[in-house]
Amino acid sequence: MDTTKSLIYDGSFNGFLTAVFVGFEQKLSHADIQCNQRAQNGLFSQTETIFTNINKAKRVWNGVKKRSSSAIKSIYFAFLSRQEGIEPLLYYYIQKLMGSIENKGTDFSDDYVLKINQLAHKVGREKHRMEAFVRFQKTKDDVYFANIEPDYDVIPLISKHFRNRYADQAWIIYDVKRSYGLYYNLDTVELISLDLTDAHVNSINKSNAFTNEEYQYQDLWNNYFNSTNIKSRINKKLHTQHVPKRYWKYLSEKKEAV
Amino acid sequence: MNFERIKEKLNILADAAKYDVSCSSSGSNRKNKDKGLGNASNGICHTYTEDGRCVSLLKILLTNHCIFDCAYCVTRKSNDIKRAAFKIQEVVDLTINFYRRNYIEGLFLSSGIFKNPDYTMERLIAVAKKLREEENFNGYIHLKSIPGASDELMYEAGLYADRLSVNIEIPTISGLKLLAPDKKHEDFAKPMLKVRNEIIRHKNEKKLIKSTPKYAPAGQSTQMIVGATGESDKDVMYSATYFYKKFNMKRVYYSGYVPVMKDARLPSIGTQVPMLRENRLYQTDWLLRFYGFSVNEILNDHHPNLDIDVDPKLSWALRNLHHFPVDINTADKRMLARIPGIGMRSVHKIMNGRKYRKLNWEHLKNMGVALNRAKYFIVCNSRYWERRDLDSERIKGMILQNSTGKFRNQYSNQLSLFS
Repeated sequence: MDTTKSLIYDGSFNGFLTAVFVGFEQKLSHADIQCNQRAQNGLFSQTETIFTNINKAKRVWNGVKKRSSSAIKSIYFAFLSRQEGIEPLLYYYIQKLMGSIENKGTDFSDDYVLKINQLAHKVGREKHRMEAFVRFQKTKDDVYFANIEPDYDVIPLISKHFRNRYADQAWIIYDVKRSYGLYYNLDTVELISLDLTDAHVNSINKSNAFTNEEYQYQDLWNNYFNSTNIKSRINKKLHTQHVPKRYWKYLSEKKEAV
Repeated sequence: MNFERIKEKLNILADAAKYDVSCSSSGSNRKNKDKGLGNASNGICHTYTEDGRCVSLLKILLTNHCIFDCAYCVTRKSNDIKRAAFKIQEVVDLTINFYRRNYIEGLFLSSGIFKNPDYTMERLIAVAKKLREEENFNGYIHLKSIPGASDELMYEAGLYADRLSVNIEIPTISGLKLLAPDKKHEDFAKPMLKVRNEIIRHKNEKKLIKSTPKYAPAGQSTQMIVGATGESDKDVMYSATYFYKKFNMKRVYYSGYVPVMKDARLPSIGTQVPMLRENRLYQTDWLLRFYGFSVNEILNDHHPNLDIDVDPKLSWALRNLHHFPVDINTADKRMLARIPGIGMRSVHKIMNGRKYRKLNWEHLKNMGVALNRAKYFIVCNSRYWERRDLDSERIKGMILQNSTGKFRNQYSNQLSLFS
């Protein structure tokens, strides 16, 4: 019996989990799960379109979580890397995890398991970077606004951090690359998509949308950033290693360097 | 708010505070209270200065006026520099506004000592109290314990701060006498001891009464200057160990002395900052705290100073070749952690991975083990391993030959042949 099949899902995480469910249901030993925006049909393989089903997705989620809570995190993070071909790898990982009681998804001597852990680690690092590198600018209508352009789609991962921290101010974090963002209205966080004519980057050009005070605080921050540097210990390589250049244009303290 | 005046003060008082190397904002567990501002938990470095150090807190002095005359300090009384002082409200406004823009994790407030220790400590506490009680600020606050401050004030400081620290600065008592004649060793120890006892007391009470307030949840830290008084690495690490044990320190920081003024007792201006030595001391510190080494294994009367050309773990292994080779597939965690080139992350991966199958070189390489160092000290599931009976000098030579190091140009003796 041929047990390879292409499963086409809608690109959402729940869609992916539904596809995993279907794969298990049909006892596929290899499931070539593909996102519909990238799908490529094999010459001889069968294809099935998956319709996202929350209940099926939940059963997979809970099943994996019962086995190992760190594995479910690795799966979600690695999924968000959106790397080509990640879905069949994750299917393999879940198969192994569910295959035996002892398996906790920590078999680091398995290349695929190691790969998924490394990818999850990369996405985790990007999440952490965004928690660090978001720079809010205060608009005239009292909303703290920030643009980001992360390597991976980390918006779903950072929502909780910012909601817990900035509970008493309205804020927007907007992913320019993926054209969507988070808006906290002092009560809940909602997903938004904006029609931005000019991206409000921290450039030297001032925008009318922000208060004058905003630019004075940016100026103070830049001054602080420069005074706290010890010139006799200069180490530019280490500096760019920690603050890679691709993030500079959104950091007010680096705006002159861009 | 007069931004120009604030800017001027900020430049002076941030410049004076930057020699304090502590930047940690982790280890606390303060939650956002009543939909207020901020929380403090894992610590985030929001940016890095061009010297490669992390910026996570707004690190400033309340004032750089000081009644003391410590030779190593920029703000000492006899140094002719611009002096400034913040008002309490100014520090509060700066902290809140920087925090709201996600620039910082919180405030690190230190101060020169004006009038007397208690008066200074009171002002520091006033800033923290205002932030916590009037602004409902739940971010990280690190306060300096002023040497000689009273027990009552130290108690109060811990109620608002996440971390308290006193900088011992000079690792030896004789050095302290030479460079800071106004300060007494007991003045440093007193606030540390009070804070340690309060932390223990609050932890015990918390077990019985849930509503016990937090007291300095991120503990205490201290800092030592290295390279100012000719102390040995052994002196530095033995006093660090003393502080870890006696005062339950969360961290001891080592700060390579940056020559900032002329003084016959100190290295002259232009002397290079001992950054490599600093690095080796931190490596040793990590070995003591996370790798299960005890200090006398690494530094003792026979080896009072750390090797400059190799890291302290490799140096220990070369002196103790009788423990090696270690079998990756059977060794216990303690021994795995002692292999050069294997860090705690790799130890974790090896411990997990070997449950499923026997590990070979390929596995180790993929896990991120630095085989160029580790290969001389291990055997694994492979017919190939280092069979030659090499002595430590040869191993060291081969490792140095097959690797590069960022500090290599500082100690390389390759060129000395023709110079």
